[in-house]
Formats: sequence, structure tokens, C-alpha cells
Amino acid sequence: MTAISGDPTIISHDIDVASHHPDGSPRAMGFFTDTSICIGCKACEVACKEWNLVPDDGLSFTGDSYDNTGSIGCNSWRHVAFIEQGRPVAVSDPEAGDGLRWLMSSDVCKHCAHAACLDVCPTGALFRTEFDTVVVQQDICNGCGYCVSACPFGVLDKRREDGRVWKCTLCYDRLRGDLEPACAQACPTKSIQFGPVDELLALARERVDTLHQRGVGDARLYGADRDNGVGGFGAFFLLLDQPEVYGLPPDPVVSTRRLGQMWGAAAAAAGALALGVAAAFLGERR
Amino acid sequence: MTEARSYYGRPLLKGPVWEPDIAAYLFTGGLAGASATLAAAARRRGNDVLARRALMVALAGLIVSPPLLIRDLGRPARFHHMLRVLKVTSPMSVGTWVLSASGLATGVATGCEVLGVMPRLRTATETAAGALGPALATYTAVLIADTAVPAWHEARFELPFVFAASSAASAGAAAALVTPAASARPARRLCAMGALVELAATGVMERRLGEAGQPYSTGGNAVSRRLARGLTAAGALAMTLTGRRRPAAILGGLSVLAGAACLRWTVFAAGAHSVRDPAYAVGPQRARIERGESRGG
Ligand code: SF4
Ligand code: SF4
Repeated sequence: MTAISGDPTIISHDIDVASHHPDGSPRAMGFFTDTSICIGCKACEVACKEWNLVPDDGLSFTGDSYDNTGSIGCNSWRHVAFIEQGRPVAVSDPEAGDGLRWLMSSDVCKHCAHAACLDVCPTGALFRTEFDTVVVQQDICNGCGYCVSACPFGVLDKRREDGRVWKCTLCYDRLRGDLEPACAQACPTKSIQFGPVDELLALARERVDTLHQRGVGDARLYGADRDNGVGGFGAFFLLLDQPEVYGLPPDPVVSTRRLGQMWGAAAAAAGALALGVAAAFLGERR
Repeated sequence: MTEARSYYGRPLLKGPVWEPDIAAYLFTGGLAGASATLAAAARRRGNDVLARRALMVALAGLIVSPPLLIRDLGRPARFHHMLRVLKVTSPMSVGTWVLSASGLATGVATGCEVLGVMPRLRTATETAAGALGPALATYTAVLIADTAVPAWHEARFELPFVFAASSAASAGAAAALVTPAASARPARRLCAMGALVELAATGVMERRLGEAGQPYSTGGNAVSRRLARGLTAAGALAMTLTGRRRPAAILGGLSVLAGAACLRWTVFAAGAHSVRDPAYAVGPQRARIERGESRGG
């Protein structure tokens, strides 16, 4: 693992975490989660719960490696996935290691540029903040649950006892005070990096190139393309395997992109219904 | 479903959090919408007997629908938060307004009809409700298709036709059920036409979806799907052949209505089913990447 952890692009990253320009105007902020250096400590999960007062989601033993959280949800806004693979770690010396590759990845709301949840919310509770993040206004949400089915990542989730939906706010309150989100600040390896999205993108591209050069051919960015199915993620990732291995959709597309098609089909069907009703009266005496 | 890689086989989407109330609403809303249109058409053709009864059916549908929807909210007391915005990107928002307008128009029209007052207002509101009817009967298809739920989203082209036809069949059946046979001929015809198109449209949908359509016919849906088809076909047949006799019209009508309810349940349940197995979400996406149709990661 030394080849990876001794990497200057991680240690010497120098990103300004202030969410405002010097003139006070807000910037588009996000996360770059570099899973190649995640150690699975779950500090992010804990820090998030502490700061955001997220209730516990029960103690359970899943038996799925070290993951007892299970999935992202109303009471887990960060979720660390653990995947044990029976193959050597792809470092410069393929003989090194014990033939077990252990993948860890801290998942979070993607803060999609084109967010399905935000599109479909009928109350306007979900909104886009000045930092280009996506947040639920808890005083507006009436728990209709539409966003839950709309999110292509299974992020939004209804808290049954409460009736409303909850998810990562990218620490909206902290950003307003130019503070780093709790998870990023707690992450001891800087696997979770917080900063302006454009700077993080550049850093991520550099990092994936470095890894490729060092023989980690599996490394790939997920959610970094600004024209992907959801217009790019505000919180994107560096993964070491296919997204579905981490429980992430490999090619998510925001459903509202096809809303025109759908309304078109509905208009045709509505027209057919009206015609059908008219046809039922053909030949009737007035 | 074909083998797909996944994270411990866990769903990567959240299942719809909607209770069966919503499946019931898919039925009652469709029935109300198509009935309002039937009422308006009957009035235009001078069939007041049918118009009056279809209008009553529409009102009944519109009275039971809002409570079904409101009860399903996590915060029912905040139902009016739906009315603080109109968002065209949200089929639920559009639908809320369509439903509210339909309810208002149908309520006023029925009031005038029953009290025998203000015939012009009645005609105007009845016509408005009739015009909104097809929208009310089909928007719910867009509502569920505009989600990440694989079985619903993949079926986005056919679902509106399935819902429109099923609504027509239910409206015809309900009207024929409560209307004297001599005035009910258009209702019987609408019922038969709707049933025929519904069976055809669901067939087309399942064939086009192939593997992705399995949630519509596996598990508990195997039974409800067969019930939907059988009850609809048998009821429509009875309605067409012997509908002039009251007992046949009543039995046929009830059978078609039950069939429509089963169909809505099948569609509703297929959504949840397709979320439980991550392969339904991953499969088509992975295939898109392999075909080179992905827009980027
Ligand atoms: S990941 Fe889901 S909840 Fe987060 S912004 Fe995108 S659609 Fe919304
Ligand atoms: S559950 Fe709340 S946030 Fe989600 S769509 Fe409904 S009102 Fe909007």
C-alpha cells in the first residue's frame, strides 16, 4: 500500500475550504471522496451523526464485512461500504500482499447538478442552495415520499416516526459559516475532501492519473463528468471497481430528463381516452 | 433477471414508501376522471339519465381520493404545502392541481344537478370536469414513471395508455352498473372498448419490456395480474353480450371494476418488486454502458 499512501497529491493538497469568495459571494462546493485511501474507520459516519443530530439506526450485525450500517438512509447520511475481494492489491509489486483486496468507500448524497429529488418535490421543500447543494427544508416537507422514489441513488429516505425525509445537507449550516462539513473534517486520511467543485475536479483528475501511472488500472472517477446522466455530481468519487460493486448505479439518469417523452405519451393516451368516450356515443340518437 | 454485480445483493434504490392507499387512488382517480368525461359527453348527446349517474360516480371517486392521498403523507396536516407551488417538473404537483380543479368542478356540477339549479353553471363546470378527466386519468402514469423505480420508468411509454384504457373500462362499468339499461348503451360500449385496449396495452408493455417487465408477473403479482386480466375480460364480455339485462350488467360491471383495481395493484406492486432486486436497476444501466450509450460516468 505504500505506493498509494506515499502520494504527494494527497498530502500536499491545498484547497481552500471557505465557501465564499473574498467578496462574500458563495461558491459551488462539494466533496471528492477518494476511496483509494479510505481506511474504513467510519469517523465520517460518526461526525455526521454528532453534528447533524441524526438519530441512531439500531445496532445490527449484518455479517457483510465490517459494514453494520447497511446503506445510506434517513438516519445514515454517510455510509461506509466494505468489500472483500479475493484478489491481490494492484500495486507496483503484484507479489506483495496476501491476495485480499479490501475496498472501502464512504457514500453520501451526490448533490446532483440535475437532481431528480428536487425536480419532483411537489412542495418546494427541496431546494438548491447558494453553494449548489441540494437540501430539504424540514419546515416545508410534508412527507409525500416522491423524492424517495425519484433519487437514482436511493439516498432520500422517510423517517417513519417523523414522517419527513432526511438526507445529507452537505452541512449547509457549517458552509454558511465557512466551515468544512463535519465528515470531511473528521476524515483522518483526507479520503473525503471538501472544497470548490472545480478545484476538486482538477485534483480528482490528477489523482486518477497518478494512480494509473502507478499501476492501479482499476482506479476510475465516478460522477466527475459534467454531462453524465445527472449533469455531474457535486459529490463525486474515485472508485477501484465498478460502481455497482459499491452499491452505486453504474449509469444513473435523472428520470425528469425524459419528462417530455412521458407527458407526450400521457397526452396521446388522454386524447385517445377522449376519442374513445366520443366513439361510445356513435350512432346514438340524440 | 440476468446476473449483475451488486453490493451484497442489497437494493441500490429506496423502495416506494407509498402505502396501498396510493394503489387505491390510482384506481379511484382514474375512475373519477373517465367518468367526468363520460358525463360531459352524455350531456352533449342529450342522454341526461347517463350524464347524471356518471357525474355521481365521478364525484364519488373525487370524494374518496383526497383522503387516500392525504393519509399517505408523512405529515398529513401539511397537505396544503402542495398548494404553495405549481411545478411543471413535478407530476405530483401538476396532478394535485388537476385533482383539485376536477374536484371543484365536479362538486359544483353535481350540486347544480341535484338541486336542479343554475343549469348553465352546471353545464360549464361539467364540461370543465369532462375536459380535465383524461388528464386526471393519465397523469398518475407519468407520476410513477417519473421515478428511478425500474419497472415504472422502463414502462413509461405504455403506462399512460394502460391507465387511460383501464379508467375508461372502469367508468363504463360503473355507469352501466347504476344506469337503466336503455340509457346505458354508451357506458357498456366504453367499458368494452376500454377493456379491450387495456388488455392489448398491457400485452404490448410486457412484451416490449421483456426481462425488465418480470416484476409485473412474478411473485404475488402472478395472481393479481391473472385476476386483473380474467376479471376484466369476463366482465367486459358479459357486459357486451348480455349487458341489456340488469343482473348481467351488474355482475359484468363489478367484475370489470374488480379487474381494474387488480390491475392498478399489479402496477403498484411491480414498482416495489423491481427495487428489491438491484439487478433491475443495474442491468439496463450496465447494458447501456456496454452499448456505448452512456453519457459518461
Ligand atoms: S443523490 Fe439523490 S438525494 Fe442527492 S441530490 Fe441526487 S437525486 Fe437528490
Ligand atoms: S417527501 Fe418532502 S422533500 Fe420529498 S418530495 Fe415530498 S415534500 Fe418534497
